[in-house]
Amino acid sequence: MKQQLEAIRRNALDAISGAETSGELDALRVRYLGKKGELTAVLKQMGKLSAEERPVIGQLANEVRSILEASIEERGKLLKEKAMEQKLLAETVDVTIPGTQPKIGKKHPMYQVLDEIKDIFIGMGFEILEDREVELAEYNFTKLNVEEGHPAREWSDTFYFTEDSSILLRTQTSPMQIHAMETKSLPIRILAPGRVYRKDEVDATHSPMFHQIEGMAIDKNITMADLKGTLNEVVQQLYGKGTVTRFRPHHFPFTEPSCEMDIQCHKCRGAGCPTCKGEGWIEVLGAGMIHPKVLEGCGIDPTVYSGWAFGMGLERMALGHFKISDLRLIFENDVRFLEQF
Amino acid sequence: MILSRKWLNDYVDLHDISDKEFNDAMTLSGSKVETIERRDAELKNVVVGRVLSMERHPDSDHMWVCQLDVGQAEPVQIVTGAWNVHVGDLVPAALHKSVLPGGVKIEKGKLRGVLSNGMMCGLSELGLNAEHDYPYAAITAAALLNDYKPLDKDKPSIPADIKPGDKVFGPVVCGRVTGVEGDGFSYDVQVYDGENTHAVKSGCQNLHEGDLVAYHTKAQSICTLDDLHAQQAEFPHCIPDGIFILHEDGIKPGDDLAGVIGYDDSIVEFEITPNRPDCLSVIGLAREASATFKRPLNLHTPEVKGCGGSIADLVDIEIEDGDLCPRYTARMVKNVRIAPSPAWMRERLRNSGVRPINNIVDITNYVMLEYGQPMHAFDFSCVEGGRIIVRTAREGEVIQTLDGNDRRLTPSMLCICDERKPVCVAGVMGGANSEIVGDTAMVLFESANFNGVSVRRTAMSLGMRTDASSRYEKGLDMMNTLRAVERACELVEELGCGEVVDGVMDVIAKDKKPTVVKLEPEKINRLLGTELDESLMREILLSLGFTLDGDSIIVPSWRGDVEHYSDIAEEVARFYGYNRIPNTLMRGETTRGGFTEAQEFERSVGSTVRALGYDEIITYSFISPTYYDKIRMPEDSPLRSSLRILNPLGEDTSIMRTTILPSMLEIISRNYSFRNKSARLYELGKIYLPREDGLADEPKLLSMGAYGDGIDFFGFKGSIEAMLRELRIADVTFIACRDNASYHPGRCAKVYAGERELGVFGQIHPAVAANYGVDTEIYTAELAFDALCASRGGVPVYQPLPKFPAVTRDIAVVCEEKVTVGELEECIRRGAKGLLKNVTLFDIYRGPGIAPGRKSVAFSLVLRADDRSLTGEEADADMKSILSLLESELDAHLR
Repeated sequence: MKQQLEAIRRNALDAISGAETSGELDALRVRYLGKKGELTAVLKQMGKLSAEERPVIGQLANEVRSILEASIEERGKLLKEKAMEQKLLAETVDVTIPGTQPKIGKKHPMYQVLDEIKDIFIGMGFEILEDREVELAEYNFTKLNVEEGHPAREWSDTFYFTEDSSILLRTQTSPMQIHAMETKSLPIRILAPGRVYRKDEVDATHSPMFHQIEGMAIDKNITMADLKGTLNEVVQQLYGKGTVTRFRPHHFPFTEPSCEMDIQCHKCRGAGCPTCKGEGWIEVLGAGMIHPKVLEGCGIDPTVYSGWAFGMGLERMALGHFKISDLRLIFENDVRFLEQF
Repeated sequence: MILSRKWLNDYVDLHDISDKEFNDAMTLSGSKVETIERRDAELKNVVVGRVLSMERHPDSDHMWVCQLDVGQAEPVQIVTGAWNVHVGDLVPAALHKSVLPGGVKIEKGKLRGVLSNGMMCGLSELGLNAEHDYPYAAITAAALLNDYKPLDKDKPSIPADIKPGDKVFGPVVCGRVTGVEGDGFSYDVQVYDGENTHAVKSGCQNLHEGDLVAYHTKAQSICTLDDLHAQQAEFPHCIPDGIFILHEDGIKPGDDLAGVIGYDDSIVEFEITPNRPDCLSVIGLAREASATFKRPLNLHTPEVKGCGGSIADLVDIEIEDGDLCPRYTARMVKNVRIAPSPAWMRERLRNSGVRPINNIVDITNYVMLEYGQPMHAFDFSCVEGGRIIVRTAREGEVIQTLDGNDRRLTPSMLCICDERKPVCVAGVMGGANSEIVGDTAMVLFESANFNGVSVRRTAMSLGMRTDASSRYEKGLDMMNTLRAVERACELVEELGCGEVVDGVMDVIAKDKKPTVVKLEPEKINRLLGTELDESLMREILLSLGFTLDGDSIIVPSWRGDVEHYSDIAEEVARFYGYNRIPNTLMRGETTRGGFTEAQEFERSVGSTVRALGYDEIITYSFISPTYYDKIRMPEDSPLRSSLRILNPLGEDTSIMRTTILPSMLEIISRNYSFRNKSARLYELGKIYLPREDGLADEPKLLSMGAYGDGIDFFGFKGSIEAMLRELRIADVTFIACRDNASYHPGRCAKVYAGERELGVFGQIHPAVAANYGVDTEIYTAELAFDALCASRGGVPVYQPLPKFPAVTRDIAVVCEEKVTVGELEECIRRGAKGLLKNVTLFDIYRGPGIAPGRKSVAFSLVLRADDRSLTGEEADADMKSILSLLESELDAHLR
């Protein structure tokens, strides 16, 4: 019997180490350790043994059993690992194959710039104002100190709805200044973006409809120094810290003194390059102290209150920001264009 | 405004200020420099040379080898193909490594084996021409018989072996030049005709010893091509072109040519704002420059000697409308000699962007540039009746203007007239009938002040904006007319082009008092945020020509833009320096600011729609009236009445849109035609609904549009549902809409939130799609922003997560085809007894097993109680109730 057990042990261990699948291993477990297995069969013959032999053989049989059990378990673990390995190998993908992307829509590039500007002013305590585009000439011109006979009022420049030139498509966002002065209580801080219209044929830099952003602050003791300080702050946020500005005298009928603000070309640092057309500076906006006549016309006492206002063209900012070469792309709305931003 | 810096130096000496410094300082004081260019940037190493000797090229029948003195120790050899050069001439010599206008580089090289150390230049190579720039350099070529090339080789008009004495035709014989001497304009030529030698005068510059010429024995002259009725091709080298022979005073070999031809100048182009017409002049800019650089302004008072007589005896001036012509000043010049003006004047005009014409015309332009006062010169012999009447045109009057066009005048247009006819469109352009011509003898100089708006409108309606009109339209200084006409007459005397009759006609129809503004230093400082001394303010104002009387500021007549203390503040700020004003942040009461709820909501709508894959578009607010037909809008739709622009750019942009649909379809159509496979687009845009008062209601609409990428009705509807849910718009229902002609009648729905209509969406009618050239399904939605905003939900309230398991029951019911899923679902919800949590459609089946005209609709129902596990019996009871309601109400039976 001892030889029998030895033989079982030897054969079983050989078989276990040769098992290649967990199925094979299970079959071996049944064959050697099962109720009708070889080891059990040997143990069933224990009765025929003498009392001295029985414990010795019994011990040996238990030893064989535990060796086989351990061996099966070990082999099983190995096979499992192997199987996992193979499964993972089979599941390997080419990671360079493009993923399936859900489409996310894009905000129009121009409104991306607009929103950035809005956020800056919101942070400075401004509110956003919108108003009508079909406007009275009184608000678009007269109350802004643009008198009858001014070239901007000509039918060659402005779109009109009435023969008497009293109703028009606003040519600037500045009438919103007037609406704000007439309806809001002081102090006022508004940012008023919107569509404006001028009789320009469409080309790479012109469009009969475009956008402006108007800003205005009115309070006691507001100065030109405040105008400069505020716009400088805005520019730092919009174009980055350390952006250099300069203010040049200019002319607008509804501000006095008036100015234009340039930023130093970020490419050449003022030396002059193609980006700034050799000037070293890029014009950003027009501004000024609200003309006392305009304040007065809106029922605000210019001896007590003062204010500043600025206006800038959104298209030009967006074009510059994204280096878009042609204004027509803005209104063409080709998805291949829109999805670049 | 184009300014010559050399000219400016006459008035304020800035010769030591670099172009860059000038540019920066002038720009920052308010005269914005657009460009500044050295005229000689492209003229390098070109000098004056004197021709010392010339020999015919050994290997060429038309070239000359010349030795030139160019101011260096040794003469320089230059080969030329031009025939108008003579020994002793001064010429522009482009030396080795020189640059000519246009960036042309000249280097030494060999011409047919002979070294040429550069090039002699003609006018065109220097960017000049004879007609306007150097009339004296015009070339007349003699027909040289040794240059003759027959047009037809077999039939030459002149035999190749022609020799002196041979007849050319009639009295014309061949002659040989045996000597030439001249001054560049006129030559004494010795011509040998085979027997005798004749001394002949000729104005032709291409004659040299040895040339064979056509000598006219009767006229005793040398024939030109014209005299022989010859074509240029027959005499290829006898051309009216050649080297620019210099006849300038005081020049010598080696002089830099730039200085000789006035290229040693910087040309500045300014952007002058419309409130400063005074800066459209050399003097105006000199005044600004003087204040900018704090240097003296050297003004000059014109002086006219006069020649006796009296203008009053010759002309009478009458102004009919003082509003349109407040002042008319005139002087008379007699014995006029029309000729080219001198080089210095031509150079200045050219460097100011004006073409020289002749002395009288050039003087008017010169004075306009210098004083900013447009001038006009009439040929007085063409002014009938000796009267100038400034009046508006009569209906039907026509004038031919100087540009040769006939202009029909209207009674709103101001004209300068004689007794019978208009001779000039006031402030715009003169008439051809009184144009200065070669034999003009009497000239009337007009220096007038006209109403700016009137001039602008006249110029605009005649479609002719001129230098004069663009100045007048800004409103000019009334006080300038006399100074300007005096300056013109001074120049007439200086140039010797006529005699100025004594006396001035100066009619002032409407006088203007000077503006007076109070100097209020505290107010100015308070506006600027500065603490400037009053003395500084006074200094600045004085430097600009303001007069101070105590604290009264008397505004000079040329500063019509200054009328208020804020204008004075600007003057002070400009010359103190905008960039020296401190930068401060606003103090005082803080404002709340921030977005309004509607603005916040608008941002949410945008981000939600984008999350669904839609790109934002921006479209024009105006559309074509034909677009309403294009979207099949009913003829009687109230939306067809839109605001109409009376002066649109074109029909396509002539009415304000009352619907946002055509704008979206235009963009979809465009993307489709660009072969973009798919597009999902949205716009938050306004429509413009006409109001009684002539203005418009301008509500915002959300439009969405999609095509391609397998999109179908339910895919599109799903996006809308997802968006509405994300915006927390509850109680959304969809009702089929069959009567919107823009949409597919079976695939269109109105969307409601409760009772409130949000808008419409669906598939665009194929006929409409076809109108836009799209042959695939297009889906669009038009939702009212205000309705969306009003329907938005509040802050969501937490619903406890289920603690007990749910029971799911699937049912399929068979019903009539006309029963909608919406009705079934609504019935199921009503039939449940409170345990139903969710109903989901999962199948619709038609076919074998289902009777024709009926369909099987399958739903998955989720039932759950919040406080216990449901038993099968409880669920069954609910299901039973649901099924019986389906049966009784919709005749829908469990399959």
